[in-house]
Amino acid sequence: MLIKSKKSYQLTDNDVTDEQVYVNRRQLLKSMGYIGAGTLLSQSIARSASAAPFDFWGGSDQASFTQQALNYQKAPATDELLTPEAKVTSHNNFYEFGLDKSDPARNSQGLKVKPWQLTVSGEVSKPITLDYDDLFKKFPLEERIYRLRCVEAWSMVVPWVGFSLADLIKQAAPTSKAKYVAFETLYDPEQMPGQRSRRIGGGIDYPYVEGLRLDEAMNPLTMLSVGLYGKTLPPQNGAPIRLVVPWKYGFKSIKSIVSIKLVEKMPPTTWNILAPNEYGFYANVNPDVSHPRWSQASERRITTGGLFARNRIATLPFNGYGEEVAHLYKNMDLARYY
Amino acid sequence: MIVVVKTLVHLAAALPLLWLYYGAVNDTIGADPVERVIHFTGIGALNILLISLAITPLAKRFKKPVLLKFRRLLGLWVFTYALFHLLNFLFFELQFDWRLFVDEVIDRPYITVGMFAFAILLPLAVTSWSKIKRKMGKSWQQLHNWVYIAAVAIWVHFYWSIKSDIYEPGLYAVGLIWLLTLRKDRISRWLFKRK
Repeated sequence: MLIKSKKSYQLTDNDVTDEQVYVNRRQLLKSMGYIGAGTLLSQSIARSASAAPFDFWGGSDQASFTQQALNYQKAPATDELLTPEAKVTSHNNFYEFGLDKSDPARNSQGLKVKPWQLTVSGEVSKPITLDYDDLFKKFPLEERIYRLRCVEAWSMVVPWVGFSLADLIKQAAPTSKAKYVAFETLYDPEQMPGQRSRRIGGGIDYPYVEGLRLDEAMNPLTMLSVGLYGKTLPPQNGAPIRLVVPWKYGFKSIKSIVSIKLVEKMPPTTWNILAPNEYGFYANVNPDVSHPRWSQASERRITTGGLFARNRIATLPFNGYGEEVAHLYKNMDLARYY
Repeated sequence: MIVVVKTLVHLAAALPLLWLYYGAVNDTIGADPVERVIHFTGIGALNILLISLAITPLAKRFKKPVLLKFRRLLGLWVFTYALFHLLNFLFFELQFDWRLFVDEVIDRPYITVGMFAFAILLPLAVTSWSKIKRKMGKSWQQLHNWVYIAAVAIWVHFYWSIKSDIYEPGLYAVGLIWLLTLRKDRISRWLFKRK
């Protein structure tokens, strides 16, 4: 007998976009001529891809960033409406490259990802250093379609490509002292204007740091992503490697990671340092705990269509991934540990 | 001549709005047109307000009383941008969820302050007709002095809505404080008299 166990990221009928919404969307697209505009938007991506389509190992040092196609296991078919690639890559919070959501796509194209070094260190018996090519070779890559929920109450559906963080951590063999995982973004003020200038970077103390509890990091949903939409990540989305923790607000998903450290004590996290009353360490998506500026009860799903797209939807506890992760917080008061 | 300049001012205020909504409806102004229209109209209202507050000191400094003829027109554009800002939030961000709207106004201090500012701008706009102005006599000026309080409230609303940036609201704060300092006698007289 064939027994199929369903992974949480294999979405079911419940996740399918409501027919009414879907039909309206088609009408909107037609009436607004979105297809034309969308093609225009994705042209820049197409152009950068065609500049050096198979330059994966070539080591180009041109100023403009190029994405490469990836080999990966495709995600099971889903009817959930994906956020268009052009929107995923042009709507980014990455303050190292500017505060406006369109800044990162504009200011990050010169980022050099080759060479790259990602170290796994701290309370481990086998520290690891991955170079750029290792990021794509060390583990088989798979696609996962995840909902990404920003604390600003908008969300996207993104086809990430990557591997489980747990696989990497296991290989480093954590010691019994390892209780938390601390992450760090690249610190390179020359390449990241926001780290050079308070005006551009919002006065945040860089490098950006984030953290997870070890069991959160080892959860099968937690992913290190090296690509989206079948290609390597563009810099604005956190090239060459970033974290994706789909049941937490987007700011936990730290970008352009250079260091993963297993530690004994709860590590500091950038937004928690900045405003502890607004951004907790856990940052689990929770419709019942509001941020001082954004009600978290509902969110706007960024899909297609312009101003009149009706896309406000209820927010689910743990961003809809409760089945897989709620047990991690069994005896915790989530209003206190937000 | 004044008619020509006034027409130009109207165009300068109206064309960006037309461009904004044309692009937003066609989804060509960034990935999230909703956020875009909200920010554009909000910061637009603040910009025009600061320009309108600069007129009186400029007219005095350069002895050009003709400038005063542009105050009402600019004030009404401040109100128009603020109105669009509010409607964008209600229509496109909250998508007509009136209950959520009421909750947000009550629960989010920065939105409360923003609504307070709008509640000041509304009667100022309504009483801008010359006829009403004449009828109101001295109390018209009393009422319109509230624009200083609205300006401060709008700045607080702006500052409070931002996640971490201090630089941009800081620049606006410098401009606003400077404009208010130029009128400190008038403002303190007004505030003092009210007690």
